[in-house]
Amino acid sequence: MAEHGNGDSTAVVKAGEGASGDYAIDNPGLPPHRPRLADVDEKAAKRSERQVAALFFISIIGTVMFFVGYFAVARMDQFENYFEGMSALRVQNTLIGVGTALAMLGIGLGIVHWAKTLMPDHEVTEARKPLRTEEDRADAEKIVTEVVDETQIKRRPLLRNTMIAAALLAPLPAVVLFRDLDRTADFGVERMRHSLWDEGIRLVRDPTGTPIRAADLTIGSAMHVIPENLREVSGHGDRLAEKAKSVVLLMRLNPDDLHEPTPGREDWSYEGIIACSKVCTHVGCPVALYERHTHHLLCPCHQSTFDASEEFKVTFGPAGRPLPQLPITVDDEGFLIARSDFTEPVGPTYWERGHTDPEGDFPA
Amino acid sequence: MSASKEKYTEAQYLEAIEYQPKTGTGKIANYVDTRVGGTSIVREFGRKVFPDHWTFMFGEVALYSFIITVISGAFLTFWFDPSMATTRYSGSYAPLQGLEMSMAYATSLELSFDVRGGLFMRQLHHWGALMFVLAMSVHMIRVFFTGAFRKPRELNWVVGATLLVLGLAAGFTGYSLPDEVLSGNGLRIIDGMLKAIPVVGTYISFFLFGGEFPGNEVIPRLYALHIFVIPALLLILIAVHLFLVVMHKHTQYPGPGRTQRNVVGYPIGPVYAAKAGGFFFIVLGVLSLLAGTFQINALWNYGPYDPSPVQAGTQPDWYIGWFDGVLRIMPGFIGNIPLEFVLPTPWGGNSVATPVLVPMIPITVLLLGVFVWPWLETWITGDKREHHLLDRPRNAPTRTAFGVAMVVWYLVMWGAASSDLMATHFALSLNDVIYWLRAAFFLGPIIAYLLTKRICLALQRKDREVALHGHEAGVIEVSADGEFHEQHKLPNEHELWTLVSYEAPAPSGPRPNAKGKITAVEKVRARLNRIWFEDRVEPVSREEYLEAIGHHGESPAGLEAAQSRQAITSGAPADSR
Amino acid sequence: MKALSQKRRHPFAFVALLLLGLLVTGGLYAAATTVNQAQASNTPDGFSSEQVDEGERLFVANCASCHGMNAEGSDAGPSLVGVGAASVEFQVGTGRMPMQMSGPQAQQKPPQFNEEQTTQLAAYVASLGAGPGIPDDEWLDVDEGDPARGGELFRINCAMCHNAAGAGGALTEGKYAPSLHGVDEVHIYTAMTTGPQNMPVFNDANIPPEDKRDIIAFLKTYEQQGSPGGFSLGFLGPVSEGLLIWTLGLALLIGSMVWLTSRSS
Repeated sequence: MAEHGNGDSTAVVKAGEGASGDYAIDNPGLPPHRPRLADVDEKAAKRSERQVAALFFISIIGTVMFFVGYFAVARMDQFENYFEGMSALRVQNTLIGVGTALAMLGIGLGIVHWAKTLMPDHEVTEARKPLRTEEDRADAEKIVTEVVDETQIKRRPLLRNTMIAAALLAPLPAVVLFRDLDRTADFGVERMRHSLWDEGIRLVRDPTGTPIRAADLTIGSAMHVIPENLREVSGHGDRLAEKAKSVVLLMRLNPDDLHEPTPGREDWSYEGIIACSKVCTHVGCPVALYERHTHHLLCPCHQSTFDASEEFKVTFGPAGRPLPQLPITVDDEGFLIARSDFTEPVGPTYWERGHTDPEGDFPA
Repeated sequence: MSASKEKYTEAQYLEAIEYQPKTGTGKIANYVDTRVGGTSIVREFGRKVFPDHWTFMFGEVALYSFIITVISGAFLTFWFDPSMATTRYSGSYAPLQGLEMSMAYATSLELSFDVRGGLFMRQLHHWGALMFVLAMSVHMIRVFFTGAFRKPRELNWVVGATLLVLGLAAGFTGYSLPDEVLSGNGLRIIDGMLKAIPVVGTYISFFLFGGEFPGNEVIPRLYALHIFVIPALLLILIAVHLFLVVMHKHTQYPGPGRTQRNVVGYPIGPVYAAKAGGFFFIVLGVLSLLAGTFQINALWNYGPYDPSPVQAGTQPDWYIGWFDGVLRIMPGFIGNIPLEFVLPTPWGGNSVATPVLVPMIPITVLLLGVFVWPWLETWITGDKREHHLLDRPRNAPTRTAFGVAMVVWYLVMWGAASSDLMATHFALSLNDVIYWLRAAFFLGPIIAYLLTKRICLALQRKDREVALHGHEAGVIEVSADGEFHEQHKLPNEHELWTLVSYEAPAPSGPRPNAKGKITAVEKVRARLNRIWFEDRVEPVSREEYLEAIGHHGESPAGLEAAQSRQAITSGAPADSR
Repeated sequence: MKALSQKRRHPFAFVALLLLGLLVTGGLYAAATTVNQAQASNTPDGFSSEQVDEGERLFVANCASCHGMNAEGSDAGPSLVGVGAASVEFQVGTGRMPMQMSGPQAQQKPPQFNEEQTTQLAAYVASLGAGPGIPDDEWLDVDEGDPARGGELFRINCAMCHNAAGAGGALTEGKYAPSLHGVDEVHIYTAMTTGPQNMPVFNDANIPPEDKRDIIAFLKTYEQQGSPGGFSLGFLGPVSEGLLIWTLGLALLIGSMVWLTSRSS
């Protein structure tokens, strides 16, 4: 026993038949067939027949129910009152769904009950066929050898080698064909370094587009902001792509709560008002959950937590970098404006990001 | 095949042509048969035997859910327009009226509110998709724990694993189509994950989205994948999968009368066909019931996709959950040290998004592990025989324990995707939930492995106990001299066979190769082999059994069988063909 | 509760009780003296001086232990000067204040004070300094609001914490954004103007009263319309859906499988 199935792969398969001596007893064969009630008692069989018929009848009722739901309940747009329309839709959906369910379950349970109680329940033994006979295998091998010989491929290596070379190259056009999946004029990673923000661009509310005065934000306020020039972008897709890079969260903290800014960032906030990119540096969800007392910004997708009072540094979760801060100030009319674009690419890390500023267009 | 060289007599040809059917049905049957050769199909499949066990039905559920999903999906395509062109919504759903949105979202809403039965079909499609992946997963777990993937079914296991991966792809592409905020943020996460891939990632993202995220192109592209490419692949592989099942014949659980050389079960006609056919209607009925009574993906809640909004509880459908969860438990910093770093390169440096890349490791390990497992196990155990009899999970303790460990590992990643809901619904701190999940990620599988292995071995010992001394009958007897003992009921030979007919080989140790050397790889194999086999409970041997019978002084049912030593022929008692 | 009863048997319990008694007596005295000041100084718009007086009495008895005798704040509770009547309406009206126990954030529970008392407390707090007031009924009239616009504003400003269907969601370290289902119009409004707990403030310059009304109209429409597809599963999205298919869905199918493959009797 112990050598069996382990170690020696050439071991004779004795266990196939449960042969003598392998186990405590020999395979006793199938247990005797135990007749069902319906096999011995015609009354029980009759009862099963009625049960199956009842299940089929339930199916018919289900189908009727479907039609009631479909035709007797009006469509939503035929209601004056919106709420009545919505409840009608729910009724319709329930009738259609439960009707279909009854129609199907009636048939399904009926057939299975029929099979279980009335159709023969003798278990049957069938022998497994060997996957092949040795004679067939030898035949097949002979055919393959002959076929290969007839092609003469072994005798003519030039044919073989050039064919391999051609076959390796031939799929390449199929790959190249996909190049135009991205036909944009600004193709390349450069475009990821910049957003619509620039010096003097006003911060406006999302989605209304109204500009924001510093006084509009009391301490503890948070505002969802887009650049004023976003609406100038024509084309829905382009606008969404630009918005995806330029959404900003604006919040006002008690200036005392703000930590000392790192050198170069001293004038990035305005009287406790700070702005950051809303796009998570992890995989790009909008980090929009702002807790005004703890100054935590939480991403609802993967729970990265950033501290707004410490230049949005990561305090928890999978994000690997702080959120980029947008330098802001106010213009002559008292509206909040950007001092510049973000000084680093926003959003998730990408391979080419490492060299953030190859053209030297971000301020040091 | 040599069939082509067979010679047929003229009489044989004439026989086939001149046959005159007598009944009407017979005429139709003959018409079809003489054109498509139905005779051989009926002869092959009409009475083909399928073993019957409830755990064998998950594959059927998967197949039926797939069919239901294809049919309901085809219905949806008649209204759905996968376009990202904008429109102003003017349908029945009041809280979105007048908003600018893509055609994809507007037509999804139209389907839900303005097409009768559209909401039902959408929900049926979605529940069906969830059930499809669920059934495939459970089916795979069943196949794993019973060892049904072993020779000769390794390649079919790989086909099945590919089907599961394709199922995930089908699900995710569908999830993204309505173009609302929830699925849009899902795509955004995919975009972020793609961009983390070194060297090519950024460009893959560009090509998928036709420019920068989200662009104008992605929905129609996903649509093509969702309704054509992936379903076509699924269909082809399902055909291959089923063909191989028929070719191999189904496996069966060990039991009386079952051997490696036979199949015991019900013939297709009529019982199995009726049950399997009826079961299709049951699956459709259950899914219809869900679709009619439980709301799924209420996409009107989320609003048209816009990169600014997001909602609390942003989760993918369940089968993508483990991707999301493992991203959640990975820390971005250890202490104050960021895990993300810039690789210094001559052209200025490249970023390595470690917090996104590291979570891909367990996912890759699990998925790759699934694909190579049959060969890995064969390599460790050295068992290269064919197996048509399944293992009872307890009789393969190491495999079962390892499988449970992997399931637990998956569950931790999966559960992590709902970390925020665990926090709100069990009044816990979100951060604590993540800390616990991080611990469970490492400890969970280990504990599960140790525990499962002990449970398996204990169950095996229990089997031995029952085989040798019988079941505790629950009756206490007092002997004449005042001794108490419990009555034991010995199992009958059929039950006994199931308890004793398994193998528990001892570790085999390293084997030298052809040159007589033991390689380092072989040493690793031998060590794994020892781990695999060292804890074992041997099945009851004939000697032990006979001794136990003598001890009990009774004549149990199995005794005759044990002593007669008759060989079972494949056609044994319930003979049919 | 158990902890409390254990502390009650503590040897120093008597001393603590004595101190508390002294504090309350002293507090009442102090209250009596400040009533006149409040009356003299400022009665906020929309409230009578009687309401301010009554409110102060209630305040001293119920709130001063944490917020200080003059609502100047203490280690246990913030200053209430300038938080406005809206804060009282929200915090007391939803039962969050007085707090039952300290924790990551105040829990909602049945309000301890009736409407009249809440208004009196609001009057007192409003008299302490200017702050957001109780909104006019005009801004709470959902029939006037535009739910579609409100929905858009809701998704941008609120859904990230409160969930797109207003079902609530988790915040950091045990805090959470509560469900908005069944919350009174006035409490939705005052929550926006005051920013309770860790919620940011959405003042009128950020979201004007009309827009707040739209948001309330959206929430109320949403609440009234129900879930057309059947049971809503808590409006929690894919997680509850996944849970359902793995429990009910799988159970129904396994049940039918076991029945299907079992032998008939």
